[in-house]
Amino acid sequence: MAGYLVRRLLESALAVWGVVTIVFFVTRVLGDPAALLLPIGASAEQIEALRDNLGLNQPLFVQYLQFLGQVVQGDFGTSFQHGRPALEVVMERMPATALLAGSAMVLGILIGAVAGAIAALKRGSLAELVVMAIALLGQATPVFWLGIMLILYFGVNLGWLPTGGYGTFAHLVLPAITLAVFVSASIARLLRSSMLDILREDYIRTARAKGLMPHTVFVWHIARNALIPVTTMTAILAGELLGGSVVTETVFSWPGVGRLILQAIQAKDFPVIQAGVFVVASLFVLINFVVDLLYGVLDPRIRAER
Amino acid sequence: MAPPLLEIRNLTVAFDTPAGRVHAVNDLSYTLNEGETLGVVGESGSGKSVHVLAMLGLLPSPPAKILSGEVLFQGRDLLKLPEAQLRELRGGQIGMVFQDPMSSLNPVLTVGRQLREVIERHSDLRGAKAEARATELLDLVGIPNPGARLKQYPHEFSGGMRQRVMIAIGLSCNPKLLIADEATTALDVTVQAQILDLVRDLKDRLGTTVIWITHDMGVVAELADTIQVMYGGRIMERGPVRAVFRQPHSAYTWGLLRSLPDEGARAQRRLYQIPGAPPDMANPPAGDPFAPRNPYATDRCRTEVPPLRPASPVPGHMVAAWYDLPARLAAEAAHG
Ligand SMILES: Nc1ncnc2c1ncn2[C@@H]1O[C@H](COP(=O)(O)OP(=O)(O)OP(=O)(O)O)[C@@H](O)[C@H]1O
Ligand SMILES: [Mg+2]
Repeated sequence: MAGYLVRRLLESALAVWGVVTIVFFVTRVLGDPAALLLPIGASAEQIEALRDNLGLNQPLFVQYLQFLGQVVQGDFGTSFQHGRPALEVVMERMPATALLAGSAMVLGILIGAVAGAIAALKRGSLAELVVMAIALLGQATPVFWLGIMLILYFGVNLGWLPTGGYGTFAHLVLPAITLAVFVSASIARLLRSSMLDILREDYIRTARAKGLMPHTVFVWHIARNALIPVTTMTAILAGELLGGSVVTETVFSWPGVGRLILQAIQAKDFPVIQAGVFVVASLFVLINFVVDLLYGVLDPRIRAER
Repeated sequence: MAPPLLEIRNLTVAFDTPAGRVHAVNDLSYTLNEGETLGVVGESGSGKSVHVLAMLGLLPSPPAKILSGEVLFQGRDLLKLPEAQLRELRGGQIGMVFQDPMSSLNPVLTVGRQLREVIERHSDLRGAKAEARATELLDLVGIPNPGARLKQYPHEFSGGMRQRVMIAIGLSCNPKLLIADEATTALDVTVQAQILDLVRDLKDRLGTTVIWITHDMGVVAELADTIQVMYGGRIMERGPVRAVFRQPHSAYTWGLLRSLPDEGARAQRRLYQIPGAPPDMANPPAGDPFAPRNPYATDRCRTEVPPLRPASPVPGHMVAAWYDLPARLAAEAAHG
């Protein structure tokens, strides 16, 4: 087990390093930030001076080594736009992203779990048909379109909720619902198909042959086994949302990490792009790591292999 | 005489499959007296498992459909019993051991938990007492070091050991009726002998009634009072084990007995080599389902289903056949 942990931690570090490296080189392809940072009409000398200042005139490989040296000290450089440490700029946006992702996950899991379980247990009923149709629709609907429709209806037409921004609970409702639709649809469909598979298992027949109460069979034999695939799906979704849902955050002017990175790309703000991607990649890797550990807890067969 | 513990009347079960309606059990009727042990044999697909699953309400529906019949257990029709009352019987008064030990236990719960679950469901034992009973049961079915084994998961048990756990679950509440479906097939001969001893002991002490489904004629000979030979979802022959073994009246029984390997080749005695294949139950033959494979079949066999009728002077010895097997065999012997 200890060996397994060390191996997984090394793998995680390697993954983050890989992502950060790729992003470093890709951002350099984006073009020259110096021209963008200076007012229109700045002279060639001024631009050259700024490039020197930002360290952009050194050979790429030297820049990369310097960058890595700083990163291990937790320094991603100073944001070109904000003039403050890039990591600080990114971390300021984390609470907003975490709040939106967390609310959407909780809401999505609750609705998705109930809907998926009903669809599986009421096999062949109207309820199953309705749930599955809505879920399919929910998964297929583009997030930006759903977001805009919600804004138009609840924000503009009815005027019940703000059309965008951040600060109060009312601001959270529409973006959270927008994301929760996708989350709950994904979870409902997966849970239904997992449960239908499990219902056919011999051990469910054993449980019923023991005369166990329906709720015991459901909780300890059906749901307990369905938890394993659903956990994977939840982790994937959580990783995506914590990376900042760029589209939703943009549509609702939500000041999260996704929107920040998008703006940084437009402004060629290299340090913020790099810090942002580093944070997102680290979170993603961390979630995967936690899920792997969780697997061991949920499935004794996997625990035995480690 | 006391009323029978179990009486099945005209049970018909079908599956609606894409290939059409498969009649797995056809107009099946039999009675089982208290304390009796019934050995049910027949080739794969003869409806052995389906008929017991149907009477306990354990068939998946759809695709399964119980088209007709009554299953009277202590006078109550199990097929009409509300699910809540059926639940009280399942695992309590009626213990069930399934075939497929590898997949019949929940992989994510400890074996101890899966045993305690049924004990606590049907008795007043809780906590340490339920644990003690679970330990006792594992010990009873011959699992060494039962205390430690309770804390383990199914994947830590071999196939034979899992089968014993299944048997322990089936026996956990001292059932009045024990139904065992291929319960010892996965076990080697010594362990099988232990389990059979255990069941015999249980019968002696508690008067347990047993339905033992098997491919193994040897086990039937050792354990059962009555043998019931099934084919195509019907009873072909039924009667006291000795009478049927001495003088079978169905060509199917005769085929099964003839395909028994000699004593000494016990290791592979699970084989039936009757020429031909079991019927396609989506399009069953018109008359006697065994007629297409039966060298003694008459024209009537191919058109009309034979009813179960007394076969010999031995009480309870019944056969479903239009031909007279002993006479035909005797004639064959006389003509060389
Ligand atoms: N879930 C199902 N769906 C469709 N057909 C089924 C299903 N379960 C059983 N059957 C059919 O019912 C018939 C009887 O099956 P059953 O399981 O009772 O046979 P069996 O005598 O127990 O055989 P075995 O010795 O292989 O266990 C077979 O033709 C089988 O194909
Ligand atoms: Mg079977």
